[in-house]
Amino acid sequence: MKSGSRLEKVLESGAFSVTAELGPPQNANVESVKKKAKHCIGNVEAANVTDNQTAIVRMSSIAAGVIALECGLEPVIQMVCRDRNRIAMQSDILGAAALGLKNLLCLSGDHQVFGNHPDAKGVYDIDSMQLIAMVKQMRDEKTFLCGDEIKECEPKFFIGAAANPFADPFEFRVMRLAKKIEAGADFIQTQCIFDIEKFEKWMKLVVAEGLHKKVYITAGLTPVRSERALKYMKNNVAGISVPDELIARMEKAKDKEEKMEEGIKICLETIEAVKNMEGVAGIHLMPIGWESVTPTILERAGLLPRPKV
Amino acid sequence: MIVADRKPLEEILESIKDFDKIVLMGCGGCVTICFSGGAKSVELLASQIKIARKKQGKEIEIIECTPERQCEFEYIDPCKEKFESVPVVLSIACGVGVQTMNERHPDTITIPGLNTKFMGYPVEHALWEERCAGCGNCLLEWTGGVCPIARCAKKLLNGPCGGSSDGKCEVDKEIDCVWQIIYDRLKKLNKLENLTAVRKPKDWRTSTSAGQRKVEFKEAML
Ligand code: SF4
Ligand code: SF4
Repeated sequence: MKSGSRLEKVLESGAFSVTAELGPPQNANVESVKKKAKHCIGNVEAANVTDNQTAIVRMSSIAAGVIALECGLEPVIQMVCRDRNRIAMQSDILGAAALGLKNLLCLSGDHQVFGNHPDAKGVYDIDSMQLIAMVKQMRDEKTFLCGDEIKECEPKFFIGAAANPFADPFEFRVMRLAKKIEAGADFIQTQCIFDIEKFEKWMKLVVAEGLHKKVYITAGLTPVRSERALKYMKNNVAGISVPDELIARMEKAKDKEEKMEEGIKICLETIEAVKNMEGVAGIHLMPIGWESVTPTILERAGLLPRPKV
Repeated sequence: MIVADRKPLEEILESIKDFDKIVLMGCGGCVTICFSGGAKSVELLASQIKIARKKQGKEIEIIECTPERQCEFEYIDPCKEKFESVPVVLSIACGVGVQTMNERHPDTITIPGLNTKFMGYPVEHALWEERCAGCGNCLLEWTGGVCPIARCAKKLLNGPCGGSSDGKCEVDKEIDCVWQIIYDRLKKLNKLENLTAVRKPKDWRTSTSAGQRKVEFKEAML
């Protein structure tokens, strides 16, 4: 065991894993973290606690992660390269480990121009690849990035990374995954999948390279309840592929209820599809602003109860 | 070359509002090429200022001069008699020119009329793009001669982020994703293997993070 986290144990056991996402509030309200955690407790292995996602200031991922942990939800702490240099990152990695956190997802981060402080100086001292390698070095070699020894209590994280099969250049995406594995990634969460065909094409290349045997790949899913959300992502979020057919399906649904049901159905179909693909070790649910749907989807997908490990 | 852009006229007018006589000093170097600070720009800006000031009923006398380069003593010193008796020089050279003037001629205040932007070149007529951030440890050798430090919004060293789409950067569809360019170039050169190894974190001391840098050419020292 690298970290002994529940997520690691479930994936090690060979069971199909489920993770979800918890966005910290734009304030210091403990209750709102707890409320969001409720939808996840007992239903998922762990939940990503996002790190100022879309570059909007929120409660720190480590702080919100500790609150989640205290209510019985294992967090996956996200860490982006946008806001901290290598000194601050290593310091937070030690702090997170000291507070009992065990999963860390290493990301470049959404660029600051998208957030509520577009005038901020982006740090980008190291990149996500180098962050993965640094967390691994701290864990396995018990040294800091500079080479100094970590004399005791080295931080032991189950190291996560992102992969986006829908970004360009497509041919590089498998190579980039291989690099992340080489750097030290233990598990992967993909960008949300709407374009099953393209995802499958990518997965086949991954399997052909044998990469699925070196890392746990979990498929990212975002249930939506309106065509508006899909259109928004299609037109405004770089590196997401949304087939028109899905938009048409959502448009066909008449009212709010029907649209919700259609959104759930699309998500369930995608779960079914990725479950049957070689090399997919689990799913990662990202219901943006619709956290309450998590238990429903998991129940209907037959993914509850979660395995005991 | 160094690429600079003129400050808005209002800002320039505000910065010289207390003076009724100034020297407007251009530069015959990079800023002449990028149409922001050469003799022609000096002439144009001088007339714009004069018109604006006339409207305000506060006429101004402007002495024009454009040394070959504003960043070397030997070129600015001969202009001395022009600015000696004038309290302020409005410089439309790059930031280096402004500082050279202030250091060499501290009794005259030299203020900037340009915003100095980057090192780059004209990719087409009248369009300049950034190419080098002066990081002090050039890595163009393995990137196919394309710079991710100056051109990637996240200064990534290990390939494109997840926001690269159709060759464009996630930050702005008007900006090319430099990692797409690097990828294509290395593919053409049959050198994609340059991208397989995990590149180590960069040592930023050679860049601006360890204080002002110097270059000494020992052989040429007197
Ligand atoms: S690697 Fe550094 S020195 Fe070379 S072009 Fe880029 S910024 Fe300039
Ligand atoms: S899209 Fe390309 S240029 Fe823009 S930040 Fe990502 S890798 Fe860098």
